[in-house]
Amino acid sequence: MTGTTVATGTAPAASSDQLPAAGGVPGDHDLAVRTDGLTKRFRSGQVAVDGLGLHVPRGSVYGFLGPNGSGKTTTIRMLLGLVRPTSGRAWLLDGAMPEAGATVLPRVGALVEGPAFHPYLTGRANLVRLDASDATADPRTSRRRTEDALERVGLSAAAAKPYRQYSLGMKQRLGLAAALLRPRELLVLDEPTNGLDPQGTREVRHLVRELADAGTTVLVSSHLLAEIEQVCTHIGIMSRGRLLLQGERQALTDRGTAHVGVTTSLAHVGAVAEVLTGLGLTEVTTDGPTLRALLASTPPEKISAAIVHAGLDLVGLEVTRPSLEQVFVALTGEGFDVAR
Amino acid sequence: MSHAEVLDGPVAGTSTAPLSTARRRGAWSRLMRSELRLVFGRRRNQVLLAGLAAVPVLLGTVLFVTQDSALGGQGPGFVGRVTGNGLFLVVAALFLCLPFLLPLTIGIASGDAVAGEASAGTLRYLLTVPVSRTRLLGVKALGALAFAGAAVLAIAVMAFVTGAAYFGLDDVALLSGSTIPLGTGIGRMAGVVAYVALSMTGLVAVGLFLSTLTEVPVGAMAATVVVAIVSAVLDTLPQLSAIHGGLLTHHWLDFAEFLRVEVGWDVLAQGLAVQGAWVVLFGALAWSRFTTADVSS
Repeated sequence: MTGTTVATGTAPAASSDQLPAAGGVPGDHDLAVRTDGLTKRFRSGQVAVDGLGLHVPRGSVYGFLGPNGSGKTTTIRMLLGLVRPTSGRAWLLDGAMPEAGATVLPRVGALVEGPAFHPYLTGRANLVRLDASDATADPRTSRRRTEDALERVGLSAAAAKPYRQYSLGMKQRLGLAAALLRPRELLVLDEPTNGLDPQGTREVRHLVRELADAGTTVLVSSHLLAEIEQVCTHIGIMSRGRLLLQGERQALTDRGTAHVGVTTSLAHVGAVAEVLTGLGLTEVTTDGPTLRALLASTPPEKISAAIVHAGLDLVGLEVTRPSLEQVFVALTGEGFDVAR
Repeated sequence: MSHAEVLDGPVAGTSTAPLSTARRRGAWSRLMRSELRLVFGRRRNQVLLAGLAAVPVLLGTVLFVTQDSALGGQGPGFVGRVTGNGLFLVVAALFLCLPFLLPLTIGIASGDAVAGEASAGTLRYLLTVPVSRTRLLGVKALGALAFAGAAVLAIAVMAFVTGAAYFGLDDVALLSGSTIPLGTGIGRMAGVVAYVALSMTGLVAVGLFLSTLTEVPVGAMAATVVVAIVSAVLDTLPQLSAIHGGLLTHHWLDFAEFLRVEVGWDVLAQGLAVQGAWVVLFGALAWSRFTTADVSS
């Protein structure tokens, strides 16, 4: 696994080799975000992002995961036109970045590396200022959209307080409100759950799901796998500037090494082991009355049927799939939450 | 534009209908007004303006109490005339603020323009709204210029009011000794104020450029003030007389031209031309830096 993109399953992202090379057709109608060979080398010589080929299908919730310092934020900055790539291309919705920023970015809501507002302005005044700087926003609906966005993130009551008095969680909410000032086709949320308590984290997940259900594509980055894994339809995992793998979440965990555990009576252990090897399962191990084996592509129901058919005891059958975290550790040999 | 009303649905963020990304009329002035609110609504800037406005009040009070020009013999020969004609307090106050207080004020306003947004992190959000970098720099420049103008005006207006209250207004005796009527004199004072304000534009441009170089606003502010002070110091070295004409601060005191019988328009034009050159040079530098820099704050 030397950082190659492993796209699996039937996700649109899987068709990466059919996409035109950089400089070809700009964008792709099925993809909300696409990069080709995106690379950022800082003046210090450090390569923060290395040949990234990100494919975020429209309508997906794409979990952009990786430890702190793996290059997620730099990638997002390049997508939004804040940082110029050293080489490679990036497309957002239907335009090449940064050239098409003026027409693309109004349709994109973004939360980049934490919220940032003027500390001496109120939450509401900060949103009004952002809306006033949007040349494509309708000033007549500004007030209503501001109040709606505040309401949506549960900040209406604190809207008149200066930003500097906000707690970390409230700041994060205001950042989300800014991203929701207008209807968006794409939301880019960089670490949206940072600083939120478990309740706030649940609310963000709920919000993401709600937005996705309404058709918004969401690219959400996190260094905490478990926090975001459950809302994602697609996953991309970065480590040290490279995309280790991306694709549909289900496919990613399926392709990992699922195991089956079969519990039988002690007397039947040997016979059950024979049944399992007979079905083509490998790495069969025994622990008391329980046998474990690599599941591979064998359907679990076929295993239980075979055991029962052979007249053997079947006390329990359990399929264990690796969590994303285990997939990640298997790929990189390192823990996930550890900054390098 | 009822079409747009429909698109911006009642619940933000839920509509997936194609969004209008056409620029709306008045977008520029909307952003400009927001910037002016930001600059003039900020407590720190209000305190700065109030501080500057206090200078002529203090000066006038001192002169009124002592009935003597504490500054007699300094600068162009108008400070000593304040007690005779309150109108001269405008010139005296501006003269007092030019070497340090005005550059300090302008350093703060222009040095903070871009670096302040960068250090707060708000720059990245403005740019992803998106606001084009050229447009944002233009708005920031105009905001800083407006604040510089307000600073000069604050001094002048308070000086006029204070001078009139303490010493009364009278026909104006010019440097040569001849006298012009009060109405013309007020016009001449307006000329002085306008010239001083325009003399600050070069420093605003320098500050704006320095502001694009750093994410530390205090650094840009201090560097801007240092530029003004260094310029004034160089201006005093006779060995450097060859470059004096092009120095940022060299023509600042030429506002005295308005106090001559025949205003030396060519002298004033030369001073403004030098400011224009600084504005063009540092405006271009600021633009080329800001439109290409990576925003990593």
